[in-house]
Amino acid sequence: MSLMLEPNPEQLKAQKVYKEMGLSDEEFAMIEKILGRLPNYTEIGLFSVMWSEHCSYKNSKPVLKKFPTTGEKVLQGPGEGAGIVDIGDGQAVVFKIESHNHPSAIEPYQGAATGVGGIIRDVFSMGARPVAMLNSLRFGELDNARTKYLFKEVVAGIAGYGNCIGIPTVGGEIQFEPAYEGNPLVNAMCVGLIDHKDIQKGQAHGVGNTVMYVGAKTGRDGIHGATFASEELTDQSEEKRPAVQVGDPFMEKLLLEACLELVKSDALVGIQDMGAAGLTSSSAEMASKAGSGIEMNLDLVPQRETGMTAYEMMLSESQERMLIVVKKGREQEIVDLFSKYDLEAVAIGTVTDDKMLRLIHNGEIVANVPADALAEEAPVYHKPSREPEYYREFQAMENEIPAVADYKETLIKLLQQPTIASKEWVYDQYDYMVRTNTVVAPGSDAAVIRIRGTRKGLAMTTDCNARYMYLDPETGGKIAVAEAARNIVCSGGEPLAITDNLNFGNPEKPEIFWQIEKSADGISEACRTLNTPVIGGNVSLYNETSGAAIYPTPVIGMVGLVADIEHATTQTFKSAGDLIYLLGETKDEFGGSELQKLTYGKIFGKAPELDLEKEVKFQKQVLHAIREGLVASAHDVAEGGLAVAAAESLFGSGNLGANIKIAGNTVSALFSESQSRFLLSVKKEHQQAFESLVDARLIGEVTELPVLQISSEEGLVLAEQVEALKEAWKGAIPCLLK
Amino acid sequence: MRFAVIVFPGSNCDVDMYHAVKDELGAEVEYVWHDRKNLDDFDGILLPGGFSYGDYLRSGAIARFSNVMKEVVKAAEAGKPVLGVCNGFQILLEAGLLPGAMRRNESLKFICRQVELKVENNQTMFSSTYEIDEVITIPIAHGEGNYYCDEETLAKLKANNQIVFTYNGSNPNGSLEDIAGIINEKGNVLGMMPHPERAVDELLGGADGLKLFQSIVKQWREAHVVNA
Repeated sequence: MSLMLEPNPEQLKAQKVYKEMGLSDEEFAMIEKILGRLPNYTEIGLFSVMWSEHCSYKNSKPVLKKFPTTGEKVLQGPGEGAGIVDIGDGQAVVFKIESHNHPSAIEPYQGAATGVGGIIRDVFSMGARPVAMLNSLRFGELDNARTKYLFKEVVAGIAGYGNCIGIPTVGGEIQFEPAYEGNPLVNAMCVGLIDHKDIQKGQAHGVGNTVMYVGAKTGRDGIHGATFASEELTDQSEEKRPAVQVGDPFMEKLLLEACLELVKSDALVGIQDMGAAGLTSSSAEMASKAGSGIEMNLDLVPQRETGMTAYEMMLSESQERMLIVVKKGREQEIVDLFSKYDLEAVAIGTVTDDKMLRLIHNGEIVANVPADALAEEAPVYHKPSREPEYYREFQAMENEIPAVADYKETLIKLLQQPTIASKEWVYDQYDYMVRTNTVVAPGSDAAVIRIRGTRKGLAMTTDCNARYMYLDPETGGKIAVAEAARNIVCSGGEPLAITDNLNFGNPEKPEIFWQIEKSADGISEACRTLNTPVIGGNVSLYNETSGAAIYPTPVIGMVGLVADIEHATTQTFKSAGDLIYLLGETKDEFGGSELQKLTYGKIFGKAPELDLEKEVKFQKQVLHAIREGLVASAHDVAEGGLAVAAAESLFGSGNLGANIKIAGNTVSALFSESQSRFLLSVKKEHQQAFESLVDARLIGEVTELPVLQISSEEGLVLAEQVEALKEAWKGAIPCLLK
Repeated sequence: MRFAVIVFPGSNCDVDMYHAVKDELGAEVEYVWHDRKNLDDFDGILLPGGFSYGDYLRSGAIARFSNVMKEVVKAAEAGKPVLGVCNGFQILLEAGLLPGAMRRNESLKFICRQVELKVENNQTMFSSTYEIDEVITIPIAHGEGNYYCDEETLAKLKANNQIVFTYNGSNPNGSLEDIAGIINEKGNVLGMMPHPERAVDELLGGADGLKLFQSIVKQWREAHVVNA
């Protein structure tokens, strides 16, 4: 009956119904040519989601090719649910980051929650046990009710899902900029652990094998979510709320445990998450990757609602579902395994050899399309690129040192900037300890978890300073990777690889495409130099509201290996008498800095320079010294410069202070955001050994007196009780939310 | 001494409880799936935290109808130590093994952090190795830990010395009289919102929870020496 509502193939073409689904005239013509006939409504639906930017990367593929994706430790690069890197002893780490920006802009709690759920499924679909979550968030300034609402609800959504499923959320980053006011960014990253022998692939091998549907039932939620994610947000986006899915973390917990039991079974051939484009992408991609076909009877799909059409079932993005392929004749074992968790496992199809995705509904073939055409043959567009006017202007500017009247006041104001201020309000809501492996909790440079039963640990972080990225995407791209690696090193880890989440505006605008290209160039170069290949990621384009784009925000998620958990290091000063060192050169660099924003209310000029060779050299020195047991604390000098870094190193220290001597221009010494700098503290007895390994300059001492005291050659620059600084830093976000 | 860690669909601190007992306490322990119909093999019953049945309806409200809960009640009646942590505490309340109820945190937000507890009663099988009034640091991680009971119940709890742990200093969730953990009248069923199983290893920030498990073993050993 509902079929009567769907236009027939001729109407579809004549009325250009495909345009509402995001397909162009040219793309429709290609589909007609591939099929050798007019597609029907269901088929055009399949193409529209699979050829959306979200699923096909049709606009970003030429850029993604730039990334180095291989390395001796890379076991799985981009293309599967998540990338995998060897960590020795037959173990590997699995990780990926993914965005849920558009859903979160419309329905922040569920948007964020299902973003978390989706990335967790990507990781356990590889056969890995998810062990930690991170995120990267962007909002407008916290000065209006809408942004506060979005911020609170996104955090609650991440907490709601992650806490319930029982995976600790151990780290993340948040920036607040007007550029994100209408289009917040919600990127979630999941890290998992796996034994090499358990690694799974999403491939439908073996003609005659059975395709099974496991997990939650299919409803009408999230239809066209992938398409919605591939267009700009407008005033009408609110109407697309039905395209936002609803998450059930309890269901996913059951699915997770069942799937991890499943991967131990030799009956399993392939497994893939039903994520974006649900049943369509999982079936088409599993068939395409294996060079096979799949035939499914949609009447057998577990359904939550009555009267669902083939189109609705195939495009639904209902959560907590997986598609698996199992050996013929072993179906009952799978049914029994899932029934332990009160979950359905239903045979809905078979693997064929004709490379077609064939769908049967109510006894009729309702779609019959080449799987490769859906999964692999989306058109690839080489978008025009143009250097923006603003970039030329910024590059022509000289580095200018903002005037600072009162150093202490300025430090306090910087500590209150929401991007710098304590994020305790946020991570207090995340269960960051569950599974009892969290050695370095949120709030330090990178989080560290131990790997139970070994001496090893994993350090992990997300990073992207979008201000630098906006001023200069190529340098910004390098900085994002370098800073992530610096964070890993400061925590005692050796950087292994990255996953990236490329959040940008509308790629059809040449200036935006230029940002994408340039930042990819920067990221690629840094990844090559730092030996951290890109093992997967996600692209989120069209992040614009009413024509205004977000800052280019390619978020870097990085994981490092802590060879011995004893190396795990935090940014916090440990004891009075320890010596404080600064490694790296401080220049007069304020483009995109917190001080520039605070002083002028806007950002301009050049991003800080980055010398990758020097970066690598310093990182190696610091890691070496940490592994030798010579470093008491290590902290990346980032937003707000040395003064902020020193204050942050004191906040967790109980009741310590620091006495620091600076050189050169006072404003630069305190607040410049020059790159490749580390603030380290070292026990006195290690002074000689440390100095023989690290080219750092001794700048002060940790004191018993709980005061941060900084002086220059001319005398005292600032002195303030640590408690007062801490209060400003800690109270800023709760105060803004009141 | 053999412990059972009861696993309900949606439990997620089962692993933490299991490893605390096995790796740090060094006792025998086994996971027990919620449909098990016999707990006779076990000397101590541990109900871990998490979100049993998704916390749908009310925290712990569905879990109490699990098959295994009849056995937990039996074990409690037999005098075996039964410890419920976080969601485990909520289940014990729903099952009527402990008095009172749990409300959402006063802030209406989930809270995860280290908190200080005061040992109010060290004359129990769960707290005998602590000093009276000892201040210990144990993490909390919950959205509904705001303990409540009526005045009559509270008076009884006080009169019988059933309040074992209170929050020291600031009360994180608004619970009545800063209550963090209570015991039944008989003294063998303890429910608490803070997670002692997360505080058994200095590497993770503290080991103040270990004594709680050591107390259970100590009491069991003493009882068995007497019986022998």
